Amino acid sequence: MIPVEHYIALSAILFTIGGVGFLVRRNVLVTLMSIEIMLNAVNVALVAFNRVRSDSHTGQVFAFFLIAAEAAEVAVGLAIVLSLFRVRRTVRSDEADLLKN
Amino acid sequence: MNPTELALGQAYFYVCGAFALAGALFTVTAKNPIRGAMGLLLMILAIAGLFLALHAQFLAAIQLIVYAGAIVVLFLFVIMLLGPSATPPHDHRGRIPRTVGGALFGAGGLLAMWLVVKAAPTHPMIAQAAGAAAAKGAEASKLLAGAPADFGSVDAFGRIIFTQALVPFELSSALLMVAIVGAVAVARGRSKSLAEEAREETPVAQAPAREMKPEAYP
Repeated sequence: MIPVEHYIALSAILFTIGGVGFLVRRNVLVTLMSIEIMLNAVNVALVAFNRVRSDSHTGQVFAFFLIAAEAAEVAVGLAIVLSLFRVRRTVRSDEADLLKN
Repeated sequence: MNPTELALGQAYFYVCGAFALAGALFTVTAKNPIRGAMGLLLMILAIAGLFLALHAQFLAAIQLIVYAGAIVVLFLFVIMLLGPSATPPHDHRGRIPRTVGGALFGAGGLLAMWLVVKAAPTHPMIAQAAGAAAAKGAEASKLLAGAPADFGSVDAFGRIIFTQALVPFELSSALLMVAIVGAVAVARGRSKSLAEEAREETPVAQAPAREMKPEAYP
């Protein structure tokens, strides 16, 4: 079987990829997808640690609630993207500067 | 467990992990958001496979239904609603600070990963679990061996959800309700009169939106 460190390493690499994407990309849609990648990485870590201590389901239940919160976050995030597009005709995060100056 | 099964389990993990990494990299680097969404889908499917290997059958099903069935489809809806504007033209402004920030974050993340993986075998929680596994007759290195038969099943999971985790479960329904109402309110936008008022107040909004050039905003 695979030791838990492998899962944690995979989770950390996925989280890093998502974080770099969040910081580097300016397309708001890709930014939201990067957030998805990061939260999925967290889910992998939670489920893997729960597998080590298989006397309770705490990690899996936590991952379950994370998935619910993430669905809500995506719905609101995409609504904000549509709203931004209606105001500025763009999906680039650096052109969303109505509060600047 | 015989050697063939062990090798198959390891190969399964590495294949799923490779697909997850490839999907994530594809999502982050894709020029076209539709391809990004496809990369996200690949990563989600691979992670559902990993959940199966981790005895989280119920979570694997939820992952497929919620992510692949709802979230990716929602992304695709929005991308197609935006049309060609979803892929804005490339420009190089602010490229260096972004690259430096991304590189610093990446280095920090990989350093944290190395520290955690180095420290993991000596951590009390993992060492204790390894001891318990060893007491059961499993080898200490095979930390993931030995779990109750119903671990992660819908039966066991549902029992937890509706007893210990009942309050957060009900609260999450309130969260989803608020998210639906908020998404409708935000995406519907302001009423006509309010939008016209705002256009009169801010001269920026008067310019034809599609012809806005970045240079127009100092």
